[in-house]
Amino acid sequence: MDEQLRTKFILNIVFLLAVALLIYWGQHNLNNFEIRILNLAAIFAILGVSLNLVLGFTGMFSLGHAGFMCVGAYTTAILTMSPGSKAIIYFMEPIHPVLANIQWPLLPAILLGGITAAVFGFVIGFPALRLRDDYLAIATLGFSEIIRIIVTNTITITNGALGLKNIPSIKSLWIYWLAAILTILVIKRILNSSWGYAFRAIRDNEIAAEAMGINIFKHKLLSFTIGAFFAGLAGALMAHLITSVDPTMFRFLFTFQILLIVVLGGMGSISGSVVAALIVTIGMEVLRIVEQPMDLFGVVEIPGLPGMRMVIFSILLLLVILFYRQGLMGTREFNWDWLLNKLDRLKDRMRGEAA
Amino acid sequence: MNKPILQTDNISMQFGGLTAVSELSIQVLPGEIVGLIGPNGAGKTTVFNMITGVYTPTLGKIYYQGNEITGLKPDRITSLGVARTFQNIRLFESMSVLENVMISKHVRLNASLAEAVLGLPRYTNNRKAQKEECIELLKRVELEDVINEPAVSLPYGKQRRLEIVRALATNPQLLLLDEPAAGMNPNESIELMQFIRRIRDEFHITVLMIEHHMEVVMGICERIYVLDYGLTLAQGNPEQIQNNEKVIEAYLGVVELDA
Ligand SMILES: Nc1ncnc2c1ncn2[C@@H]1O[C@H](COP(=O)(O)OP(=O)(O)O)[C@@H](O)[C@H]1O
Ligand SMILES: [Mg+2]
Repeated sequence: MDEQLRTKFILNIVFLLAVALLIYWGQHNLNNFEIRILNLAAIFAILGVSLNLVLGFTGMFSLGHAGFMCVGAYTTAILTMSPGSKAIIYFMEPIHPVLANIQWPLLPAILLGGITAAVFGFVIGFPALRLRDDYLAIATLGFSEIIRIIVTNTITITNGALGLKNIPSIKSLWIYWLAAILTILVIKRILNSSWGYAFRAIRDNEIAAEAMGINIFKHKLLSFTIGAFFAGLAGALMAHLITSVDPTMFRFLFTFQILLIVVLGGMGSISGSVVAALIVTIGMEVLRIVEQPMDLFGVVEIPGLPGMRMVIFSILLLLVILFYRQGLMGTREFNWDWLLNKLDRLKDRMRGEAA
Repeated sequence: MNKPILQTDNISMQFGGLTAVSELSIQVLPGEIVGLIGPNGAGKTTVFNMITGVYTPTLGKIYYQGNEITGLKPDRITSLGVARTFQNIRLFESMSVLENVMISKHVRLNASLAEAVLGLPRYTNNRKAQKEECIELLKRVELEDVINEPAVSLPYGKQRRLEIVRALATNPQLLLLDEPAAGMNPNESIELMQFIRRIRDEFHITVLMIEHHMEVVMGICERIYVLDYGLTLAQGNPEQIQNNEKVIEAYLGVVELDA
């Protein structure tokens, strides 16, 4: 038992080193465009994993992730833009004087993006989490839109519909993937703790969970707020990746993409969400081809169809939901036990053949 | 000693126009095993739901250990020492036997989520102690060999037993069992009877149970309340109930016809 624990500990270290090596390699050998896609995948991994905590593990049908991202993105953008850029960009109405001269370092600003989103999550969760299922979905969707409307109309803070530009750029693979790995580790530890099991208990059977003394509302609010925190964090990172934000970025369609990742990866599987985040993000880029004009064997010419990618992904989501409900991983996780077992069996078989 | 651990004072429950329970007054004394019987739809489960806070009675009051608990939330009532099982088994489907039982310990955990995430000793020690406590409990009820099995993979009888154990893990003083022998054959029922009596003695708890199997009810209940479409038809010890004209007419007779 102890030996197994040590083996797993060593495997974990080796795995993390391998990931670090991969990032190092990528940072030096991939072009800017490719690095950008991988960074986007890291952001989607954070989004997928955090929505999975809420949806897959706590069983709350929440569709508010884009709203929380919006809060995180704007928080860090306003805090980190230089006073000079702010003076230029807020030309419709000048920025609120309190914010005009603030310029925070990136790390605390990004963290505050997450924290602000968590505060929004807490406040929204209070009324919304008294609802369940489709009602909760509609309520959170509504709140997410309300956030967008507020952002569009508080012009002296957010610059309204024009959005913000010249947000300090972060390009390094390290930052995004470190954030993603930390998120995964923290959420995994939450899920493996007594609280994680309480969340699952609520998902499995709310009435029984309550009868075991669990305060349903408090735990739902906790899970929802943690989810909002990481969504805000992802939104903040996205602001620094794209270097501009505007309210239309955080439409429902965005939440839909995260939902696709969670469902595709498997509701209730963290590793599934990470794998699906990579597949979907890279897939979205590869599928850009279908939006270009195409020439089929010189016979038919297909004009470029913008939005075609989303159609393909929607169909994919539909197919997964209809025919492959558990997604890639179901509720399973990639773990060493599984791999070690496979190896053991393989070894046994080889020995059997040798004998 | 003779102060009731549970007392309901003329509680009624109405669902729209339907009166599921009408002015029910029961008293359960510490250490008793009390039965609640009556035909399907008599309102028995509704009584449990009122006691455990799932529903708030439309009229009347409920006292637990002398304090009023009417309208408190279920988790609150559990923490006061009232635990229950369900007529249709409600296990946590995604979890193992041990994990199911450990859920009952979650609220007693003496550490914060931050400590859990950081793996600080107060959490890890606390959790380890809880795990040992649960394993010990599972040993005491002869479920130790299935500790890591998925709860839903257990045979029906063991699932029922697990539900009782999970309720016991909340450290209750009053245990409410909703048809624990449902779907069991006579042998299993007898085993269950012995089990209920044993846990009552070993854990020093009081039991209020709903049951259809008359041999179980008459075998272990010291007192019985009979409900009939919301109304209290009779109360007394098994002998009195078996000889009660009204009960025979309304209920026992029917069961014999069924049997
Ligand atoms: N939540 C509810 N809403 C409406 N009617 C209910 C509800 N719960 C129970 N009832 C009704 O109350 C009556 C008593 O039900 P119940 O307490 O489950 O009976 P028993 O457990 O004795 O079989 C039934 O007619 C049932 O349909
Ligand atoms: Mg019932």
